[in-house]
Amino acid sequence: MALLQIARLSKSYDNETKVLKDISFSVKAGEFVSIIGPSGAGKSTLLRCVNQMVPISSGEVIFDNAPVTQLKKRALRQLRTNIGMVFQHYNLVPRLTVIENVLHGRLGYKTTLQGIMSRFTEKEKEQAFYLLRKLGIEEHAYKRCDQLSGGQQQRVGIARALIQGPKLVLCDEPIASLDPNSSKIIMDHLKSITSELGITCLVNLHQVEVAQQYSDRIIGLNQGEVVFDGTNYQLTEEKTNRIYGTEMRELITV
Amino acid sequence: MSEKVMQKRKWQMTIALIIIIAITYLSAAITKFNFIDGLVAFPEAIGWMFSNLLITQESLEKLPTILDKLVETIFMSIAATTTAAVVSIFLGIMGSKTTSINGFLSTFARFIASVSRNIPVVAWALILLLSFGQNSLTGYLALFVGTVGFLTRAFIESIDEASHSAVEALTATGATYFHIVNKAVIPQSLPQMISWILFMIETNIRSATLVGILTGTGIGYTFDMYYKSMNYNVVALVTFSIVIAVIIIELMSNYIRKVIM
Ligand SMILES: Nc1ncnc2c1ncn2[C@@H]1O[C@H](COP(=O)(O)OP(=O)(O)OP(=O)(O)O)[C@@H](O)[C@H]1O
Ligand SMILES: [Mg+2]
Repeated sequence: MALLQIARLSKSYDNETKVLKDISFSVKAGEFVSIIGPSGAGKSTLLRCVNQMVPISSGEVIFDNAPVTQLKKRALRQLRTNIGMVFQHYNLVPRLTVIENVLHGRLGYKTTLQGIMSRFTEKEKEQAFYLLRKLGIEEHAYKRCDQLSGGQQQRVGIARALIQGPKLVLCDEPIASLDPNSSKIIMDHLKSITSELGITCLVNLHQVEVAQQYSDRIIGLNQGEVVFDGTNYQLTEEKTNRIYGTEMRELITV
Repeated sequence: MSEKVMQKRKWQMTIALIIIIAITYLSAAITKFNFIDGLVAFPEAIGWMFSNLLITQESLEKLPTILDKLVETIFMSIAATTTAAVVSIFLGIMGSKTTSINGFLSTFARFIASVSRNIPVVAWALILLLSFGQNSLTGYLALFVGTVGFLTRAFIESIDEASHSAVEALTATGATYFHIVNKAVIPQSLPQMISWILFMIETNIRSATLVGILTGTGIGYTFDMYYKSMNYNVVALVTFSIVIAVIIIELMSNYIRKVIM
């Protein structure tokens, strides 16, 4: 049974131009799937349709047997606790400490009052430190996030997503603001989320090579349409050109 | 190519300068303000200031009452600012695109901010005088209303600038609206907000003097009283103590800013 099913999904922000056109695919539990495509293809929008950060225009998104599009307030919050999200710009609260930012990932499980009073259990705090240790940033736990390097901040972002105990992690260009070294660290961590914890990953990437190196499966998006869906062996030069348009490809790999 | 751009810039500058001179000349002509007369009057005015606005032994006797009124005025300004800040935080959160609950409340908050900000504090004082009469409440309210307008506007910008991305991330974790405001928006924009509040306290102490003249309260009233009875030595002392107070408050708020940023 697929963890995530997307069927005939369309999205338009202004009711005129369709940013996503009739998209259908499904993702099995434990899969590591990359979405590639040129800038403006609709990759970020697609991810945000999965957890309803943007309302979809038509079609269906089914996550873990629940129809995402029909969920309202409480049920939607509950759904979101099962989906972690990692962002290109980390989206942390820069003035707060690392550990505070990680614990934000538990807010979805709290009542408003519990959350505001920061009532986190010992187990949750232990889990937070455990994750920081796994990600190699435990010694920074009490530092403010704005004192960390980009790669370290992204690891805080990953810890925040993992502490939710998610079934799926959505990553929107997690390495687009990082140097090659930090990029490798981040991608290795994301890969191990899937291989060790069995959590499904859906990752937007703009480097084809990285996508090929890490993914079980690659989805190519161009102007809001799925133009490729297969393993990295099936992603030939010609198909890559089709995703990016021939000239674009040269620009991107340089 | 770039030379052409430079040439164009030069022309634009020249034209702008000519327009400014023209406007200055025109407004002087319309208001019958004569530059030469103004300049001639200058030395005389300064001479008058030096001979009359002197702090004498005699005027120093009035110091305790002056300080009393000054402290009253400072506290009123602080009270008006802090109470306005509380209201503005709510209006700011409602008005910010990042945290607004619905379009109506957002427009409402922006409308309030715009109305109260675009009417000068002195005008507010005069309007409120009609309904509340000459007392310190009128002064307080005038400062309060003006401050709400300014701070709401400033807070909306602080919130939008500081926390858009973190709000997105916390929404994605399933956090509630109040979690998000409390754990992301407030922590991230609070220093900026405090900085604006300090700025408004400084501004309000200055305005309070003016408002006090109108409403007959605080240091403004003291100033007005001695001014009208032509006791210029005391007027000088009052002015001097206001200046000192404002400088002290400014130094203090600069220090606080450094610590919290
Ligand atoms: N909030 C929004 N409101 C209106 N239009 C939007 C919004 N977000 C994205 N768009 C538009 O939708 C299209 C797809 O944007 P999207 O961000 O999903 O692309 P992307 O593939 O993630 O691009 P990139 O690689 O540059 O991040 C673009 O044309 C963009 O202008
Ligand atoms: Mg994007």
